[in-house]
Amino acid sequence: MTLSQSSLNSDCSKILKTKAFPKIMQAPSLTHLQQLEAESIHIFREVVAECQKPVMLYSIGKDSSVLLHLAHKAFYPSPLPFPLMHVDTTWKFREMIEFRTKMVNEHQLDLIVYTNPAGLEQGINPFIHGSALHTEIMKTDALKQALNKYQFDAAFGGARRDEEASRAKERILSFRTTTHRWDPKNQRPELWNIFNTRVRPGESMRAFPLSNWTELDVWQYIFQEKIPIVPLYLAKDRPVVERDGMLLMVDDDRFPLKEGETPQTRSVRFRTLGCYPLTGAIESTASTLSEVIQEMLVARTSERQGRLIDRDEVGSMEKKKQEGYF
Amino acid sequence: MPGTSNTIPQDIAAYLKTQEEKTLLRFITCGSVDDGKSTLIGRLLWDSKLIFEDQLATLQADSKRVGTQGGDIDYALLVDGLQAEREQGITIDVAYRFFSTDKRKFIVADTPGHEQYTRNMATGASTASLAIVMVDARKGVLTQTMRHSYLVSLLGITHVILAINKMDLVEYSQATYSTIKTSYEQFATNLNFQEVVCIPVSALRGDNIFHRSPHTDWFHGPTIMGHLETVDIQSDVSQKPFRMPVQWVNRPNLDFRGFSGTIASGQVRPGDIIVAPSSGKTSQVTRIVTYDGDLDSAETGQSVTLLLQDEIDISRGELLSAAQARPTTADQFEATIIWMHDGPLLPGRKYLLKAGTRTIPAQISELKYKVNVNTLEHLASKTLKLNEVGICNISLDHPISFDPYRDNRQTGAFILIDHYTNATIAAGVIDFALRRADNIHWQSVEIHKDARATLKGQKPFILWFTGLSGAGKSTVANMVEKKLHSLGRHTYLLDGDNVRHGLNRDLGFTDVDRVENIRRVAETAKLMVDAGLIVLVSFISPFRSEREMARMLVDEGEFLEVFIDTPLEICELRDVKGLYKKARAGQLKNFTGIDSPYERPDDAEITIEGATQTAEQATLTIVKALETQGLIPSS
Repeated sequence: MTLSQSSLNSDCSKILKTKAFPKIMQAPSLTHLQQLEAESIHIFREVVAECQKPVMLYSIGKDSSVLLHLAHKAFYPSPLPFPLMHVDTTWKFREMIEFRTKMVNEHQLDLIVYTNPAGLEQGINPFIHGSALHTEIMKTDALKQALNKYQFDAAFGGARRDEEASRAKERILSFRTTTHRWDPKNQRPELWNIFNTRVRPGESMRAFPLSNWTELDVWQYIFQEKIPIVPLYLAKDRPVVERDGMLLMVDDDRFPLKEGETPQTRSVRFRTLGCYPLTGAIESTASTLSEVIQEMLVARTSERQGRLIDRDEVGSMEKKKQEGYF
Repeated sequence: MPGTSNTIPQDIAAYLKTQEEKTLLRFITCGSVDDGKSTLIGRLLWDSKLIFEDQLATLQADSKRVGTQGGDIDYALLVDGLQAEREQGITIDVAYRFFSTDKRKFIVADTPGHEQYTRNMATGASTASLAIVMVDARKGVLTQTMRHSYLVSLLGITHVILAINKMDLVEYSQATYSTIKTSYEQFATNLNFQEVVCIPVSALRGDNIFHRSPHTDWFHGPTIMGHLETVDIQSDVSQKPFRMPVQWVNRPNLDFRGFSGTIASGQVRPGDIIVAPSSGKTSQVTRIVTYDGDLDSAETGQSVTLLLQDEIDISRGELLSAAQARPTTADQFEATIIWMHDGPLLPGRKYLLKAGTRTIPAQISELKYKVNVNTLEHLASKTLKLNEVGICNISLDHPISFDPYRDNRQTGAFILIDHYTNATIAAGVIDFALRRADNIHWQSVEIHKDARATLKGQKPFILWFTGLSGAGKSTVANMVEKKLHSLGRHTYLLDGDNVRHGLNRDLGFTDVDRVENIRRVAETAKLMVDAGLIVLVSFISPFRSEREMARMLVDEGEFLEVFIDTPLEICELRDVKGLYKKARAGQLKNFTGIDSPYERPDDAEITIEGATQTAEQATLTIVKALETQGLIPSS
């Protein structure tokens, strides 16, 4: 760095110690996506090298698609050194399950599908029991049961810090107690790229390789790398019902139509995917990836708004996380 | 307008192409409470159009409910994520925020200004390339400003923006700006900064953040964003010698043996000669393998898999390096450490040190001094407490390869982990290797443990008795030894009180001395096991970490922990030596169980109920257990 480059005016900027490096050659800087990719790969490898029994939580959404792509990159040419696990609430969009099957076949994935048997027996239904109970039993409890059942000591997830305020402070490697609780006041400091992966028996780690990615980064990366995603992310005419300000898709005949409600066909797409009764669509004509990104750039509504679970009460995501929700 | 993405790109493909060229800058903001750090970040997010409508609605509601701006929008609330903190009105942990302009993506670590949160600042600084140090124009450079700047410098950041904030409250006075700038620059000459840029701003009003302020026409420097978008931080690291810690050995089949890692510095090309410093063996890089195809060269920061010409023994933890510019390999070095845990540093205790991808047992062999982070004064100290910084010598169980931190931030850094709780308790930067490490070599001996043990016709092991004073450790240990002796075993009993009369005569009863006490006894016991003896150790040994350390000194199966579990009330009732009485009367300080903790074993091999079992019964239980485990022949 020379004086003329760095200081636009000598009044405000001063070189305190100049190291006169002769520039041998200008190294081509990595782009932001290359840096994010390299960081994610580093996290994958570090956890796999140090943990006994890792698993990747696969939720079928776009973040999971990116996560899976990065995992393949991290261990290439070796196959994935861990299984994938989908906590299936039985209320996912049908197209999600089709996509899941397709991915498993194409990549020869070792996929565990887990559903909370007690919840299944009780017939937990988000339309009847509400989003809070459904999420607690079919997602939070189910995840804990599955982790206990298979004794995984590390679980990769696709959460990003830009999704929600409480996530912004979560570590890349997030420690969980034997009861899977997250204690935001007692997190391990995380310095450089040196990760402390040590846990005692029964304790575990959640690892978030996409921590530093934003929604836009994810979309740009999908575009750049041509990563397959569930078609629900692209706009299409779909049957929807407007309820409590949200556009809900009538994905199967379990959808109880209220009196006077008739599904309307509208051109919609989804910004996030989860259980169809809890995931709001947005009206859109963006039927290609580049159109989606274009819409994103002018979007004025943040991503999780389409999800009912965050809006139940103020700070609800933080509470869910403490209880063990991903 | 520079830096904002507010125009809808018409040609999306062309737009995405330009977006792919963006670089990434990580920076931190630091300053005292109320200097306006969160407000500054909130403003950067706001001005870069990263606030969505629903976030705005939440923000407006929160501003009314708990805001500090009298119902106006409180940008700080955007940043203060966790609910509890929102209510307190201050930031208490490291929060990462993201925003992006047409030129760069930014990752901001928002780090708190409170004194007790030094560790969070160090955490945020460790990955940052630039620091924005905030001062309040009304207050100028404060003690905290100095502390933050010292930490920024310690963590190796060389680019600093001094943001002189709240200029609106001093009528945008040039004189105020100049005074603060001069006093900061004077102070900063003591630190390792390459560049300091001073900018007068008002985070709340947006002056000189994204847009040049009409109120400071006397100022001709860059805006905050102007500088963030153009500062060059890449060239330093890529010109350093090649380093890559091996994370994972990639072996999909017998014909492929690759070394996967992230390049810490420098570049690599096929044909380059690299060295594995732990063995000193060199080889040539033949391929740089990635999912996207082989590369002609790879840069600092890339995650790759290298294939080598020769079959040399390389495993995880090796620091692959340019053969013509090798790192230091040593088992002792001087380091500056930041203590990050509630419990104090105990010199002599075995900790785990993780540097790069290597984890090894290590101990602080000498704490030279601690640094008063406000004045940079050196203070004599025996220990470090939470958020204290100290200079110390560290010795490792095995040598590692590294570079001094000032030469390389990636290969000169480490963390310390507590053996027992697995907490990350300290972060450190390596200053330099201690040469004396090179001069003490292991004397290789030809008669080994097995040979000695065979001659005695026994298996050597340690029987480690732990428990409160008066629990009955010595009585039981004594009886067990007599029994073993009568069975023809070669034994030795190390008793706490006896050893304190000789070998450990110089040690007291503080936590630091207790750790050293056990370290010496454990090392002695280890030598005796090496000599082929059965060693009985009878020590209170109140801390799990030290018992664990003793266990690790010998081979697996050679260490049996015997917990004499006698309740405190009973020990106190017995009070054979009258010590409890003295301790209760305050005449004896740091007495285990009274004013010094005893950490119960979680998984002792043998537990004796001291309240119900007699010494004879206990002896029988222990001898039986030894027989069952095959450590002594069955009688």
